[in-house]
Amino acid sequence: MALSTNNVLLASNISVQFGGLLAVNDVTFGIPEKSVVSLIGPNGAGKTTFFNVITGLYKPSSGTVNYDGTDTTDLPPHKIAALGMARTFQNIRLFGLMTAEENLLVAMHSHLKSGILATIVGTPSQRKEEKESLDRAREILDFVGIGKWAGEYARNLSYGDQRRLEVARALALNPKVLLLDEPTAGMNPQESQVFIDFVYKVRAERDVAILLIEHDMKVVMSVSERVTVLDQGEKIAEGTPDEIRSNQRVIEAYLGKAKGGK
Amino acid sequence: MARSSQRKWVTGYLIAVAAIFIIYQFLFPWEGLPIGIYDFLQLWLPPTAVNESLVYVICALGLNIVVGYAGLLDLGYVAFWAIGGYCAGWFMSEFFYQINLHFFGSVARTAPGIHVNFWGVLLIGGLVCAFFGILIGGPTLRLKSDYLAIVTLGFGEIIPQVFFNGDDIAGFNLSNGTKGITILDPIPVGAKNIGPFDFGYKFIIFVLLAALMVFISLRLRKGKLGRAWLAIREDELAASMMGVPLMQTKLSAYAVGAFAGGLGGVAFATHVDGVYAERFNFSISIFLLAMVVLGGMGNVWGVIIGALLLSWINSTGLPAFGTTFNDKFGTSINFPSFTFLLFGLVLILMMLYKREGLIPESRLRLILHEGDAEEDLTSKESK
Ligand SMILES: Nc1ncnc2c1ncn2[C@@H]1O[C@H](COP(=O)(O)OP(=O)(O)OP(=O)(O)O)[C@@H](O)[C@H]1O
Ligand SMILES: [Mg+2]
Repeated sequence: MALSTNNVLLASNISVQFGGLLAVNDVTFGIPEKSVVSLIGPNGAGKTTFFNVITGLYKPSSGTVNYDGTDTTDLPPHKIAALGMARTFQNIRLFGLMTAEENLLVAMHSHLKSGILATIVGTPSQRKEEKESLDRAREILDFVGIGKWAGEYARNLSYGDQRRLEVARALALNPKVLLLDEPTAGMNPQESQVFIDFVYKVRAERDVAILLIEHDMKVVMSVSERVTVLDQGEKIAEGTPDEIRSNQRVIEAYLGKAKGGK
Repeated sequence: MARSSQRKWVTGYLIAVAAIFIIYQFLFPWEGLPIGIYDFLQLWLPPTAVNESLVYVICALGLNIVVGYAGLLDLGYVAFWAIGGYCAGWFMSEFFYQINLHFFGSVARTAPGIHVNFWGVLLIGGLVCAFFGILIGGPTLRLKSDYLAIVTLGFGEIIPQVFFNGDDIAGFNLSNGTKGITILDPIPVGAKNIGPFDFGYKFIIFVLLAALMVFISLRLRKGKLGRAWLAIREDELAASMMGVPLMQTKLSAYAVGAFAGGLGGVAFATHVDGVYAERFNFSISIFLLAMVVLGGMGNVWGVIIGALLLSWINSTGLPAFGTTFNDKFGTSINFPSFTFLLFGLVLILMMLYKREGLIPESRLRLILHEGDAEEDLTSKESK
């Protein structure tokens, strides 16, 4: 259970208070380099809130976040993102009226160096930079399998393709850590299977650690090296998929409740 | 999207520019011109109105960057127009007669005052406005859009008031108060000096300034900054999570927009050959906003049409129509006093029936006519 020493991200003793509600309660959580770890828990357990803390959207009431040797607790979101932390959203938040490739180019913003004047004049280095980033954007779109929609407005893509575009956009940030918030929500079993394969592919080909929030147990159990369970803001268990499967507290808190639902 | 449609717009505007230049440079001063045609032109398309409308075009293109691209509301844009104007007043006249400073000016070296070359003053006016854009943007851009609108409104009211009452700021005459600053240096072009009544050449100069703003808009729109503006307009939170610095990006929209206001202000000052504080009123901010909305937020070509059209209606169309109407029917209705009624109606009708503007940016048409089966611009139908 001990956290491995080469964590690319380590959130220590994080608590988040919303008025009287303690949405995250003293959670310590590390992501080892190039690993796939999952965060599960019943609705309202505080998973998304935890994401929002490590991406800088919420400041924790207490605790610190350390990313790749930098204390990012008090950094604004765009700086944390620029360091290589990318995420997707539980409710898709694409730039709907920008094309798929433009969505990716936005995520490359922090890597592009051209200033205002260079852009207006169109200096050779600016043109080169634009061309290279466009090539990279297309390459990533191909990688996630939606290359043919490069020039299409994000809002016109199908639901599944929009989910993929969100991942592609996150990858365009060239992240060391990729945070996926319920990427298979609304997908049917076949689509979920495609997604599982996709996660393997990202693992194999990209140098990135993945933190997954997921309700679909099949997905969680097949891709995760480690699973962490939150319940009412508290970390109640952490271990390999097999350990979690047989953990009594988890079964009570999570799987038991889930049986009633979907 | 549409290289060729871009080219069509450019060609169309070039033809219009050539036609108008020929009319004012050659036809208008021609002795043989039948008096009827002369009167008609003077009534319906006077050269002053054409040049003034170009000033509106320049400023509307600047406001379009703030409102159309970045999705920020600015109700006080007239402040930049005023600041640009006073830059021209200060640096291109004998106003500061105590000083004798010439920098490639277009008047005799013996003339008192500060006389900087017009082209230099344009740059100064633009940069000073950009600076003020950042100055008011800094503390206010953190506000939610409604509050931002109110603060910018206040800014647009305060700046002209400062100039209006600025003839004695602790003994210093900043603006000459209500009397304004009159008689500006002519515009030097090569060896020639373009005076206040040289409509044809000034027309070309204003066209070039507008073209510069079009160029800047389109280039920025295609690059890193323009994408960041649109991303913020689309989803601010997601943009920041993707590494777009919100403050800096919004500030740059303000700065570039204000820069255009400075250019417009300097141009306007040379157009009226003076700077008068009472001309910089709130209605200008609203006119400009109406131009951006009418033309189609985010589409430079549409915004130009919107600016030309509304400016013409305001300065010429309505009064000329009134004169004609009153002559015909023997009435004495004061048509120009209906300007605001008309503009208000236009804005309301646009918002009700054609929110994307006359010539919208294609992507806006999509959201605003969600569900309408009409001309869908999606390149492929599928899913
Ligand atoms: N901005 C906020 N203000 C107040 N309360 C919040 C806020 N965000 C989340 N909460 C509350 O915090 C708790 C945890 O919410 P969170 O969204 O993190 O849960 P979750 O684990 O992601 O659940 P789900 O599986 O439904 O997505 C919930 O009770 C929620 O209502
Ligand atoms: Mg959630």
